[in-house]
Amino acid sequence: MDVILNNRDAFFSGFLLTLQLCVLAGVGSLLLGTVLAVLRISPVPPLRWLGTSYVNVFRNVPLTVVFFFVVFALPTIGVRADFLQIPGLDQVFTRLGIQLPYFRMAIFALMLYTAAFVCEALRSGVNAVPPGQAEAARSIGLTFTQNVRHVVLPQAWKAAVVPLGSVIIAMIKNSALAGFFGLTGDLSATFQQLVSARGQAAIPVFLAVAAGFLVLTIPLGLVLDQVERRQAVTR
Amino acid sequence: MSQQGAVLYDVPGPRARRVTTIVSLLAGLALLVGAYFLVYRPLADAGELSMDKWGPLIDPGNELFGQVWRRLGDGLRATLLAAVFAIVFSLLVGTLLAVLRLQLRQLRTRRYAGLSRPLALAARGLGTGLGWLTRVFVEVFRGAPVVITIFFVWRVLPELGLRPPDLSMPGLPLPSLMWSLVIGLTLYNGVVIGEILRSGMQGLPRGQTEAAQAIGLSSLQTTLRILLPQAYRIMLPALISQLVVVLKDTALGFIITYSEVMRTANLLAENPQLRNPLQMYAVVGVIFILVNYTLSKLAGYVERRVARGRRTAIPPPAAAPEEVAAVVR
Repeated sequence: MDVILNNRDAFFSGFLLTLQLCVLAGVGSLLLGTVLAVLRISPVPPLRWLGTSYVNVFRNVPLTVVFFFVVFALPTIGVRADFLQIPGLDQVFTRLGIQLPYFRMAIFALMLYTAAFVCEALRSGVNAVPPGQAEAARSIGLTFTQNVRHVVLPQAWKAAVVPLGSVIIAMIKNSALAGFFGLTGDLSATFQQLVSARGQAAIPVFLAVAAGFLVLTIPLGLVLDQVERRQAVTR
Repeated sequence: MSQQGAVLYDVPGPRARRVTTIVSLLAGLALLVGAYFLVYRPLADAGELSMDKWGPLIDPGNELFGQVWRRLGDGLRATLLAAVFAIVFSLLVGTLLAVLRLQLRQLRTRRYAGLSRPLALAARGLGTGLGWLTRVFVEVFRGAPVVITIFFVWRVLPELGLRPPDLSMPGLPLPSLMWSLVIGLTLYNGVVIGEILRSGMQGLPRGQTEAAQAIGLSSLQTTLRILLPQAYRIMLPALISQLVVVLKDTALGFIITYSEVMRTANLLAENPQLRNPLQMYAVVGVIFILVNYTLSKLAGYVERRVARGRRTAIPPPAAAPEEVAAVVR
């Protein structure tokens, strides 16, 4: 227990950094995943192929390989995820603006990987809308935009929100990999440092770090259960 | 593909088809231009497309080709070995955990009619306590990132005075490190598979349990003989996709210095004769894509088979297809 009490500041700041990482990577992958989903359901074949191959590549590659590629391979061609130094945003998330690129690279890698799963969740949502809905909308004269805006998307969103939630929960857990790829000060880096460098008792440290992740994932899981139950009633 | 088309778009007429063709050509052109400026130029400018860097990986005539691929082959074998062990153990642990949790749940409501009051209370308390303990176990290992679990297992085993044995045989390396990885993966995936099976068993119609009890099966017999086989069958697609997850997570072995394919590739890429991380990781990525894509396709096939199996369980229509054909003829 002493290990945890003595290092509670490290745990707390680690938790905050992991939270920042998750928020930024989550928003990024939702944006990229939406773009991919639009590509995959667009009527233009080359764009569809692009979306499909992206999803097939990133769903089948381990996140570890993606991290290796982003952190060690991309710098050889001069890509250090500097486009994430977004002015304004780096005032709030101060790690974005600093010289060391590992926080940005972790966001980039998580974003690339998670976007493929976000895309699939959204696409399965659109596929869950019965074709009759859109046909009915067209037959009463709605334009394509009106059809998507008022008929398809509201229903697709309902079907997609639970899978999306599980994707985000998985991403939160995956964010632990960042600590093994140069990021310092997040939960997993704190864990490693306490367990290996300082030789602390591994079991309490593990439980504390697991609790840190559970604090992020369990509430999200409960909200999803709630949504699922409400939907089961409306259906 | 065609199904999405049906949701969002009408069947295209001549004008829509013309527009689609033109937009496709433009988009294709834009993609090519984008690929040239965003992928080809940066790679070529940094000299990453040279044969110095790719040769050892793709040119059999290169003097390093044989060595590099022998090392990568060893790494791939180590990856697959760890994955197979992790999968088998996860299935075992998952099954045990699912049965255990179901049994403990039933113990909670048992009355212990034959025992005296304090003993019965103690027995119920024990059942409830064990139930909570397994619940906490499940939540902790399901909620903790698998990287953390693997690292933890690797560190905590020596601390507890346990060192997994080195069971290597000639031609079959099973080093001590592999077991740390396998245990770490098993803790996470066993718990996940356990929950998959448990929800499968709890989702079965109540009549199954009631019928089993009516013919006099005990609660353990009911679980093992009636519920579990059906849960396996229903959850087969979910189980196979979990296997893809296990295979992907095996790449985390690099964290505990287990020489699986990713760590091997990383060591090779740092070799002064090669110095080609980008090419090396790309090749490893392609290997993983091929293996996992095949597994996913298998999952899809099994899913369809299972669905078909369930359909044929419904009594077939009176007339066999041949008879119908005969009538039509």
